[in-house]
Amino acid sequence: MSAVGPTSAKGAAPPHPAAPRPPSPDGRRTGGADGYNFAYLDEQTKRMIRRAILKAIAIPGYQVPFASREMPMPYGWGTGGVQITASILGPDDILKVIDQGSDDTTNAVSIRRFFEKTAGIATTTRTREATIIQTRHRIPEEPLADDQVLVYQVPTPEPLRFLEPRETETRKMHALEEYGLMHVKLYEDIARHGHIATTYDYPVKVDGRYLTAPSPTPKFDNPKMHMSPALQLFGAGREKRIYAIAPFTRVVSLDFEDHPFEVNRFERPCALCGADNVYLDEVVLDNSGGRMFVCSDTDFCQERRAAGHAGEMLARAPSFVAGQR
Amino acid sequence: MYVAVKGGEQAIDNAHRLMAHRRRGDSSVAEITPDQVDGQLALAVDRVMGEGSLYDRELAALAIKQARGDLIEAIFLVRAYRTTLPRFGYSEPLDTGAMAIARRISAAFKDLPGGQILGPTFDYTHRLIDFVLAAGSEPPVPAEAHSAQMPKMPRVASLLDEEGLIERPESEESSKPVGDLTRDPLTFPAERDLRLQNLARGDEGYLLALAYSTQRGYGRNHPFAGEIRFGDVEVEFMAEELGFTVPLGTVALTECEMVNQFRGTAEAPPQFTSGYGLVLGQCERKAMSMALVDRALRAREFGEDVRAPAQDEEFVLSHSDNVQATGFVEHLKLPHYVDFQSELGLIRQLRREHFERAAQGDAEQRREAAE
Repeated sequence: MSAVGPTSAKGAAPPHPAAPRPPSPDGRRTGGADGYNFAYLDEQTKRMIRRAILKAIAIPGYQVPFASREMPMPYGWGTGGVQITASILGPDDILKVIDQGSDDTTNAVSIRRFFEKTAGIATTTRTREATIIQTRHRIPEEPLADDQVLVYQVPTPEPLRFLEPRETETRKMHALEEYGLMHVKLYEDIARHGHIATTYDYPVKVDGRYLTAPSPTPKFDNPKMHMSPALQLFGAGREKRIYAIAPFTRVVSLDFEDHPFEVNRFERPCALCGADNVYLDEVVLDNSGGRMFVCSDTDFCQERRAAGHAGEMLARAPSFVAGQR
Repeated sequence: MYVAVKGGEQAIDNAHRLMAHRRRGDSSVAEITPDQVDGQLALAVDRVMGEGSLYDRELAALAIKQARGDLIEAIFLVRAYRTTLPRFGYSEPLDTGAMAIARRISAAFKDLPGGQILGPTFDYTHRLIDFVLAAGSEPPVPAEAHSAQMPKMPRVASLLDEEGLIERPESEESSKPVGDLTRDPLTFPAERDLRLQNLARGDEGYLLALAYSTQRGYGRNHPFAGEIRFGDVEVEFMAEELGFTVPLGTVALTECEMVNQFRGTAEAPPQFTSGYGLVLGQCERKAMSMALVDRALRAREFGEDVRAPAQDEEFVLSHSDNVQATGFVEHLKLPHYVDFQSELGLIRQLRREHFERAAQGDAEQRREAAE
């Protein structure tokens, strides 16, 4: 958390030796990482974003509007998370980027490379080694520590958006803590399906006040947000919102007394590392219904295998699932 | 059910190498240069500058080449570049009345001071494919005006204003500081300065469709094309240390003022209302669409019912940006298998329960029948 705030040594990162971009019209045309400030964004923009982050931490779960910038990757592909990471990143940070729990999905590779190129910082795939973890759709299985920051990429920061499309209305509902609509929605799910039919981006209440979207993580990950020692920052670039959950903050998934919140359950352990109580990906093996279930968190799975754990299919799983043996 | 999207660095590199190869096309054909794009696909360059919100022909032409002619991709490239540029100030308001006119027409008057100037336009061409162009040929030399002196061309709105026939911005409104939606997030309700900024960088096709919808009755506002003008306007900048304004250069602009449905109240005599469009470069379709949508979005100001999509500012302004729109629509290409897995789990459970209930129901029916 030392990376946040303009006063901390890490946050006030000195400008990159090559910064700011050369003013000559010829120099700017050539582009390349050399022409850009440390971690791409200029220091004024980072300061603006850090202010929004500080406000967000002070009011956990509240969506702070910020002047989101156009980034060199498309909106909807992690621009909010990238702007937060760029703003809190210091030269000594070690960055991990995951998408769907995996370090080597294409977009995670692309974002990790972006920071390697523009900030020259160290990256890792090990959850434990990372000081900043940028994620899309998962929270690592390994419990996070108080010197780590988890940065979420958020497509739709407003948990009430699909119940009420108007921003003017949803802001009012948050101001009045008027969340009946969401309870009605969950109730209707139970009436229609016998269960709450929301399986990801499952709404939570943060610190007993703001209804908050956990981003499209499966509801399996919701309990990890509760009283987490790590700072959790959420960035929505297209929707221009930042919100945060400060360390050790209460995060409660909405439910009813007679229909308590439940996480997704899997009938079997990971086929590669044998882990129970982890989130699994279903991998289709052939055209005749053959499939296996493996850890979605690839780093967690590899570490367990390295420590000698083995699942029932470890020996015969194809290499595109199990990696090099 | 997904097979995990893995691939990592090598696959990405290879994909980009292949894309660069495809961009080059047939290597026996000469490679296109940004100069050629700028000179011969000038309207594409105009559109990229306008929606990219950056007046730089050279850069826009290069972006079009880089994007293989995909204009929204080119707009995106320009935007991402623009955001890294230092902001050293805001220009003085442009005086479009002093525009060096290349084209100027009014549909509201037969003739007017300064005259109707057609200029370079597709209007009145027959849309027949010109096969001569395929071979390439030198076009005839353009005709020239008899007098070198361009007459003064007052804006049509100011002609109407002399009689008080059209509403003009209130003076206090024009002296208010202008917002900047590239520096502050857009909030609702949005005032007209921000709405116009949003529309000016909005997607041409989107604005065209919305404008068309107002003409078909979804928020009709009885427009006349009061004036459309295109030409060069000088940009001036107030240099604080000098204490006077200095010219920075000229930009080509298309401006459209629509004259719309009049209104009057017990206190105010009837007056025409107006809608305004302004875009970089030559793009009349966009300028006219913008003016129609601007007028539709003023419904709240004029106490009109907000019924149609084009009048609904949250709807119009939240979806006009094609860089945002294309990013979010296309992000569906990214892997979503974690969320999909949780949906799979739920739907399997619901189906299992459904069949269990059905089986139970069948068993009960059979028992009843037996009794």
